[in-house]
Amino acid sequence: MSLLKELEKSQIRSDLPEFKVGDTVRVYSRIKEGEKERIQYFEGIVIGFHRNAASTTFKVRKESYGVGVEKTYPLHSPLLEKIVVKKKGDIRRAKLFFLRKVSGKKARIREKKDWLVKKGVAVPAEGAPERPVEESAAPGAAPLSPESTETKE
Amino acid sequence: MTTGILGKKLGMTQVFDAEGKVIPVTVIEVGPCTVVQRKTAQDDGYEAVQIGFGANKAHRVGRPLMGHFRKAGKGAFGALKEVRIAPDSALAAGQEIHVDIFKEGDFVDVTGQSKGRGFTGSVKRWNFKGGRASHGSMFHRAPGSIGASAWPSRVIKNMKMAGHYGNERVTTLNLKVVGVSPEKNLLLVRGAVPGAKNSLVFVRHAIKKGN
Repeated sequence: MSLLKELEKSQIRSDLPEFKVGDTVRVYSRIKEGEKERIQYFEGIVIGFHRNAASTTFKVRKESYGVGVEKTYPLHSPLLEKIVVKKKGDIRRAKLFFLRKVSGKKARIREKKDWLVKKGVAVPAEGAPERPVEESAAPGAAPLSPESTETKE
Repeated sequence: MTTGILGKKLGMTQVFDAEGKVIPVTVIEVGPCTVVQRKTAQDDGYEAVQIGFGANKAHRVGRPLMGHFRKAGKGAFGALKEVRIAPDSALAAGQEIHVDIFKEGDFVDVTGQSKGRGFTGSVKRWNFKGGRASHGSMFHRAPGSIGASAWPSRVIKNMKMAGHYGNERVTTLNLKVVGVSPEKNLLLVRGAVPGAKNSLVFVRHAIKKGN
């Protein structure tokens, strides 16, 4: 491995949960105001990743009092206290920039099915292979189990 | 100690500082350089060391140069560079210079050969504005007028025009050292340095910061 790649690897954080585009996340970041430091959270839909090793960033979008607000966070920033995954989105594209143009019902993101199953909200579909449901897993806090090889209905 | 050392530009990335801010850095693999020859006021008229960097294969080096390298006893080098030193310096041929001559927070100057851009138009080479692209424009990336007709009736010297750009020696001054890694021979400086990846660069203490 080249020395440059090695250096970039040392910058990468591995303690954050895995999340993807379309997920609803709550990002807790440390903010310094003068001498004081406090933690602010921002909750919204992840609308895109800019993947580039240690420079990776992600964009979170939310509607705040009718105004769309987007924030871009460096994924490996030490200022990120934690990230909580609230919902897993079921989406079909890598960037959800179309959300900027739509509102109301059009701006909804379908929730991932097996995520609902894991939370115990929904029952697995008939004929679907049985999967162990992680009981202790708090939503989002625990790392997600690998993607299942479920066949499409 | 010397004020400068040779290295190889590895590329750019970013690091986070103590406050969590993103800093763009260039990573340079600096040294270790070997003193190939010590020049003294007595023998050469001035005080300097000649440093060698980067291993070279012996069969690629001519015999006269190989004989010169043999005095240092550390094999053949790919690059040589002379650096002035103080007369009381204890450096002698065969000794090594490492990246630890710099420390975090220092300012350095980095010299390199800039990327060659070939024959380049005036927009890229001199940052001319150029004209609009459409709506019947006949002035896209042209340089415009280069002088008057009646007087001086010639083009004055050093007129900014198209021509060869890049592939020249460029020094970037006063770059802040963000990190030093003596075990990996790495130097992290804030901002960009001249040259392509894997190109040879010379790093010295910033002269305009009183070094």
